[in-house]
Amino acid sequence: MDRIYMDHAATTPVRPEVIEAMLPAYKETFGNASSVYSWGREAQKALDDARAKTAAVLGAEFNEIIFTGGGSEADNLAIKGTAWKNRHKGKHIITSAVEHHAVLDTVKWLETQGFEATFLSVDEDGMLDPQQVRDAIREDTILITVMHGNNEMGSIMPVEEIADIAREKGVLFHTDAVQTVGSLPIDVKEMGMDMLSLSAHKFYGPKGVGALYVRKGVRLDSLIHGGAQERNRRAGTEDVPAIIGLAEALERADEERDKVIPEITRLRDRLLKGLETIPETRVNGHRKKRLPNNVNVCFRYIEGESLLLNLDMMGIAASSGSACTSGSLEPSHVLLAMGLSHEIAHGSLRLTLGRETTENEVDYVLEQVPAVVNRLREMSPLYHQ
Amino acid sequence: MYSDKVMDHFQNPRNVGEITNADGVGEEGNVRCGDIMKLWIKVEDGVIVDAKFKTFGCGAAIATSSMITEMVIGKTLDEAEEISNTAVAEALDGLPPVKMHCSNLAADALQKAIDDYKANKQSA
Ligand SMILES: Cc1ncc(COP(=O)(O)O)c(C=O)c1O
Ligand code: FES
Repeated sequence: MDRIYMDHAATTPVRPEVIEAMLPAYKETFGNASSVYSWGREAQKALDDARAKTAAVLGAEFNEIIFTGGGSEADNLAIKGTAWKNRHKGKHIITSAVEHHAVLDTVKWLETQGFEATFLSVDEDGMLDPQQVRDAIREDTILITVMHGNNEMGSIMPVEEIADIAREKGVLFHTDAVQTVGSLPIDVKEMGMDMLSLSAHKFYGPKGVGALYVRKGVRLDSLIHGGAQERNRRAGTEDVPAIIGLAEALERADEERDKVIPEITRLRDRLLKGLETIPETRVNGHRKKRLPNNVNVCFRYIEGESLLLNLDMMGIAASSGSACTSGSLEPSHVLLAMGLSHEIAHGSLRLTLGRETTENEVDYVLEQVPAVVNRLREMSPLYHQ
Repeated sequence: MYSDKVMDHFQNPRNVGEITNADGVGEEGNVRCGDIMKLWIKVEDGVIVDAKFKTFGCGAAIATSSMITEMVIGKTLDEAEEISNTAVAEALDGLPPVKMHCSNLAADALQKAIDDYKANKQSA
């Protein structure tokens, strides 16, 4: 069997059609979109088309899309940009304890700059109760940022309800939708979003390019100064090929959603069900309100890095929230926030499926994982049959 | 990121298991990451004649556990006590810097097993 890639939450391969769409902007229409001559106008036209496509898929207006250098930058721009703009109004920011580090560390940095933050806890399914958000809002709250789909355990947060609360209280709301854009239908107006981050490499587009939707009327300061690009909100010559790639990938993901997502969900459920038959296994994240491609389980008595290395030997690429894989030596902040002990969080395995995942691959994984878990348990001083 | 030797010991760990009537047992937890190693030794005339381990930990922890059992078998207790974590790491052709602390697990478990043997002997 060939190698099996089951880490689509980390990144995805670029679709061949997307590469095709990008190539002319490297070779022929390579101009700087700010230039007045024909090369510049061609680049500007390609940029405009990409922005129109992106806006259309998200239900946004043309001018509400800011292209960025990825999901992390979109999160930073939303949070620092609005915090800075509104610092005279208030100093308080609300977020959750299970955000991606692009949000978490940005909010923590703002704390060192005189802002105050509340990190809301989640329940054992990793869900945030909107009532907690309501209770946390203060006179001086300027921003609420809560992610849409969790990149580790897959729970989908009630962002619409939180957005309603934010609007009622006159507080800005941002969501990191990096894991949901491309797989869940997104309509920013219907969902009531003020700001929403996305990243192309999570939906078969290129790496290093993302976008921030900013509702008309929401003002933010730029992080990068030095040019009038992106309506003064992100200086720098636009990466036109990458932006074309983002738009093309987004449009294709949107078009094929109804065909692809039910199949991924079916395979996901098959995988989850199979893994659950391994004794002393815990499923992490909400069972129903869950990213269609996410499987996250903890196997008791074993450690994640040795699990990943063993799976790699069998040709399977996966991910873990174990301390030993993190470099920081702390197990996943997400699993700990859900109330898991260090020891159990240590043995976590995340498998994330993609549009090219097959039934055979799922079956192979279901064959290999129990064997590897057994082998490591036999070796574990914590395991007593 | 791991050397071939580390991967070899990780894939084919030597001396996994328990010794039922061991002369010394040492258990060490890694305070930094929460990993655990348990080491059993059998001693005859001051020489370690057998060693077995069980480890809950990362690839480096398993490889260093395996390596240290190979290194101690046949050594006198005095010689075994001289084995440092860096010696184990060197025997594996090095560990990535973030994984150096994992080798403490093996060295400390060995020391504890030897201490346990000595304590057993005194009380006997
Ligand atoms: C939820 C979430 N937010 C933000 C990011 C960062 O996106 P990027 O890698 O494009 O900077 C990721 C992916 O790593 C993610 O999963
Ligand atoms: S022993 Fe835990 S990181 Fe190596």
